[in-house]
Amino acid sequence: MEPLVYPDALIRRVLHAVRTIAMVGASANWVRPSFFAMKYLQEKGYRVIPVNPQAAGQTILGETAHAGLADIPGPVDMVDVFRNSEAAGAVVDEAIRLKDAKGIAVIWMQLGVRNDEAARRAEAAGLTVVMDRCPKIEFGRLHHELSWSGVNSRVITAKRPRMMR
Amino acid sequence: MSNAPKRYGFETLAVHAGATPDPTTGARNTPIYQTVSYVYDSADHAASLFNLQTYGFIYSRITNPTVSVLEERVAALEDGRAAVAAASGHAAQFLAFFSILEPGDSFVASQNLYGGSVTQFGHSFKRLGWNVRFVDPTDPENFRAAIGSDTKAIFIEALSNPGGVIVDVEAVAAVAHQAGIPLIVDNTLASPYLLRPFDWGADLVIHSTTKYLSGHGTSMGGIVVDSGRFDWGASDKFPGLTKPDPAYHGLAFWETFGDLGYAMKTRAVGLRDFGPAMAPMNAFLTITGIETLPLRMDRHIANAQAVAEFLTRHPAVAWVSYAGLETSPFHALARKYLPKGPGAVFTCGLKGGYDAGVKLVEACELFSHLANVGDTRSLILHPASTTHRQLTDAQRVKAGAGPDVIRLSIGIETADDLIRDLADGLAAATR
Ligand SMILES: Cc1ncc(COP(=O)(O)O)c(C=O)c1O
Repeated sequence: MEPLVYPDALIRRVLHAVRTIAMVGASANWVRPSFFAMKYLQEKGYRVIPVNPQAAGQTILGETAHAGLADIPGPVDMVDVFRNSEAAGAVVDEAIRLKDAKGIAVIWMQLGVRNDEAARRAEAAGLTVVMDRCPKIEFGRLHHELSWSGVNSRVITAKRPRMMR
Repeated sequence: MSNAPKRYGFETLAVHAGATPDPTTGARNTPIYQTVSYVYDSADHAASLFNLQTYGFIYSRITNPTVSVLEERVAALEDGRAAVAAASGHAAQFLAFFSILEPGDSFVASQNLYGGSVTQFGHSFKRLGWNVRFVDPTDPENFRAAIGSDTKAIFIEALSNPGGVIVDVEAVAAVAHQAGIPLIVDNTLASPYLLRPFDWGADLVIHSTTKYLSGHGTSMGGIVVDSGRFDWGASDKFPGLTKPDPAYHGLAFWETFGDLGYAMKTRAVGLRDFGPAMAPMNAFLTITGIETLPLRMDRHIANAQAVAEFLTRHPAVAWVSYAGLETSPFHALARKYLPKGPGAVFTCGLKGGYDAGVKLVEACELFSHLANVGDTRSLILHPASTTHRQLTDAQRVKAGAGPDVIRLSIGIETADDLIRDLADGLAAATR
């Protein structure tokens, strides 16, 4: 498989434009990666709506979980997929179907999740796709917060850092 | 404009990586954050920090803004994923192993290591139930033969202190990976400017930053760098990373943090619970040192080559171990792994043995008689009577520190002055 290359400018644009994220596969268990990502993204001002049939009706980090994307009442800018690569295909198709109704513009598949076929379908439908990345890590990396843990952010700049949100 | 992410050269990274202008003040150079603690915005923020759910500073035993600039810089220079700094090279070695060894586990190490590492591994680690098997690193198969079911890592100095031995890193990495274990390289003597072990398959790198990285003999320090490429979850050999960690309320670091998991565990458990944190002042001096690393290393190497060539011609000298000499058995490996030059620390043997060694170190005026390497100043040492004193005779010879051996760490002074000082010292030693 070709390595995925996303310019920092693209990731920045996505993280800047998005307000509401549907997190498919969100978990109420605090040691799950999805819980870490949801909590962090909330702190950065995103509204994160959990989607998980097992947790439907429950509250996760103050938000009501829904069984599917179609059950979310309001608009959604980005669908963040915390499912395995194969299962991501069906989530993407659902997002494509709902894109006009919900205003979905971005499909984001988590670190370790990659489905090139689904990505092609989404892009053909006019959606922006990011795969095998974590929005928490990318937000932290581009804002130099990941650097606080000694991580190689690969961001080099002589400009004073500014928060985008 | 190309879509590809920007790539910077080594010299640019040495000056810039990790160090943006200070967000609050605009200060261009990295400030020394001489503080122990950091305020929380709210109780919820504090909880997120302690749970590792958000990035931020809690307490300088775990993270400090000056130290983290150094960590990112070294991670960038090694082309690694993340790094964790420690109070010394030895502390870094301890932390590197703590994250992957259980009591009763073993690792295989090159016998050609800094004498302090031989003692740390062979005696002090043993008391923790971590068992080392030392092997001759010149044949990669020796590592394979020593690996057992309890073996969790291979450890080498690719360019060794002090023997001038160069290990076939790529071949040893292949042996490690066939056994499902990581290769750890102590890259202190080469520095990432001369050798990047990750390019040859190594999985973890440790440095004593005390040496070339800080570069001026000012600051103790160490660092563990993770390539982020080793699959800790491929077997059940590394429960400390893959199983829920009772030291962190059941967090499984590998699952939660993926390729950052090793570094997170090493920091959030190793540094937190054992406490060998690097001081911000030392991080500052080391960051400053690294900015001139490429310039210094070029001069170190040119001087080392000139001094080594002088010594090979000197009648009182029996042999010179510098891999930059065509006569060295390691010359071919040096050309492959260290094309810019095989460092500036090497040994030579005096025909006059132990006594001549003691006389030479005492007679030098410019070379400092002390136990360190990688200083701007030239240093001279007789290992048998100092650093390798605590080893047995057999261990000393094995480690390349026999009675006739002199270790030189060539500095960045004028080469002719160094040669004259050694010529005078050798004359005194043979009188
Ligand atoms: C190759 C090597 N590794 C590790 C160390 C230990 O580092 P420190 O003295 O910073 O603990 C040294 C120190 O001389 C060394 O030369």
